[in-house]
Amino acid sequence: MLRLVADRLITTVPALVGVIVVCFLLTRVLPGDTAAYFAGPTATPQAIEQIRRELGLDRPLPEQFARYVADLARGDLGQSLTTGQPVAADLRARLPASAELTLFGLVLSLIVAIPLGITAAVRQGSMVDHACRIVATTGVSLPVFFTGLLLVTVFYFLLGWAPAPLGRLDTFASPPPELTGFYLVDSLAAGDLETFRAALAQIALPGITLAIFALAPIARITRAAMLAVLASDFIRTARAAGLSGRTVVITYAFRNAMLPVVTTLGMVFSFLLGANVLVEKVFAWPGVGSYAVEALIASDFAPVQGFVLAMAILYIALNLLIDLTYGVIDPRTASAA
Amino acid sequence: MSAGPLLDPAPGPRPQSGLGATLAHARYVVSGNPVTALAFGLLLLLVLCAVLGPALAPYDPLASDTAAALNPPSLAHPFGTDQLGRDILSRVVAAARLDLAIAVFSVALVFAVGGLAGLAAGYFGGWTDRVVGRIADTIMAFPLFVLAMGIVAALGNTVTNIVLATAIINVPLYARLARAEAAVRRNAGFVLAARLTGNSEIRILLTGILPNILPLMMVQMSLTMGYAILNAAGLSFIGLGVRPPTPEWGIMVAEGAGFIVSGEWWIALFPGLALMIAVFCFNLIGDGLRDIVDPQRRT
Repeated sequence: MLRLVADRLITTVPALVGVIVVCFLLTRVLPGDTAAYFAGPTATPQAIEQIRRELGLDRPLPEQFARYVADLARGDLGQSLTTGQPVAADLRARLPASAELTLFGLVLSLIVAIPLGITAAVRQGSMVDHACRIVATTGVSLPVFFTGLLLVTVFYFLLGWAPAPLGRLDTFASPPPELTGFYLVDSLAAGDLETFRAALAQIALPGITLAIFALAPIARITRAAMLAVLASDFIRTARAAGLSGRTVVITYAFRNAMLPVVTTLGMVFSFLLGANVLVEKVFAWPGVGSYAVEALIASDFAPVQGFVLAMAILYIALNLLIDLTYGVIDPRTASAA
Repeated sequence: MSAGPLLDPAPGPRPQSGLGATLAHARYVVSGNPVTALAFGLLLLLVLCAVLGPALAPYDPLASDTAAALNPPSLAHPFGTDQLGRDILSRVVAAARLDLAIAVFSVALVFAVGGLAGLAAGYFGGWTDRVVGRIADTIMAFPLFVLAMGIVAALGNTVTNIVLATAIINVPLYARLARAEAAVRRNAGFVLAARLTGNSEIRILLTGILPNILPLMMVQMSLTMGYAILNAAGLSFIGLGVRPPTPEWGIMVAEGAGFIVSGEWWIALFPGLALMIAVFCFNLIGDGLRDIVDPQRRT
């Protein structure tokens, strides 16, 4: 198992190098003078010159790249002009909010999409199957920010069931003592049911928005993978041997259909990390996405670049995790590697 | 996998040539799937809005009339008016041109760059394949919308850069598709024959292989159009690219978002619906085309 992990780690190296090179290039292709951008609009020529020297922009490109990588290795992503804090610290402080929202949305969509996909495949041509197809086509067509606004209109403005779409907790409530940074987990750990309920009420709408977005690809691939597996010989044999329908579908078929589903999760994560930015803006969620958007509007580029790099590294890590779960689901892939 | 045009998707009598043939084929396609027919109808409407644009709109999409600000939908303003009293219906219609233009240009660009790169990678193999593959892998290592944000932020906040960013994040999709299809055919009989009769490699690639993969590419382009519209609208929703007062669906939803909590739902709803319908339409057409071009992939 350790060998396997090490092998998989090595395969991520080219992707990591590629990401760092692209991020470096993105910091250098800013139109006009990069130093002037980092200095801000009100800087004097002397200040710009000083920043140019501080950033090492007067050096040849390979040397700049070496310096960039060295800074990264120390976890230095530069300073944010708007918050005055190091970008890395800002990102770390806001990451739990984004992670909680993304995972909440993903779990919600898995709970709905997988049973839906399985039922659609088992009862092909039934109402559930048609519902699955409609959900899959509608889900990919809905702009995620528009879904969010629709939910706000209906559940906050019209029905009054949801709290105002303004962040993770009501302004008068205090966050639970920090343990994981996830308010849902922390409040439960502290035994504070009231805070838990408040946090759940706040996360419900943005979470559902993300879930609707992720539902379509998961339901679609679950259905397709189940159909392929259900048509195979070993399922016919299992049925012929008199196993119950439930055992055949859940134990035999679904375990085999999980590989393509897990593969799709990689793509779903790519979508979710992007959609997160839009959902955070709609719900004023204090995560890394809204941080990047605020910085973008203020022409503060270090946070944006830090955000892009952090998301890319996170995405590579998630894909690595997905690769490793293959081995758990299907021991054949682990021994073949 | 199917072999593209080698499989005739439309059995039965086919008219001889010209316009008649095209129309008959279109009727065949549409009669097979009423949903696709609906999608083509919607597409026609969108294209009409995009081409005629301001001529169709009842009001000037930029003209403000503060006396009529924030009016709910009425007979005079079927979609209502926004905070500056601009007619939302006119703005939604006028925005079709910009949104469709962004999608068309980015898809054309990615087809030209990603498609040809993938074609060359699959046909020539070797280092061409490795370089194209490495570039595609690097792009795929990013969450795509986040990469698009980074590109637009770095290159500058313009509509051209939105087109460019949307094209770049789709390159791997096209390159891989074209590569797989070209690799299957690189040593096919007709390619060997063409090579033997002295055709240059580039000529074989462009006149022999490219036409063979066009049907699958068309499907992909239709699906990518929807994605490109979503992506561009998402970027302008967070304030990239399109600037007010230019009518564009994403930015109109963003402008209306602040008014939802105070009850003016129509400002964000109608541009959002237009956006949704446009994407839905391209996805349906893509699915319909795929069922025809490649029945095995039907899900």
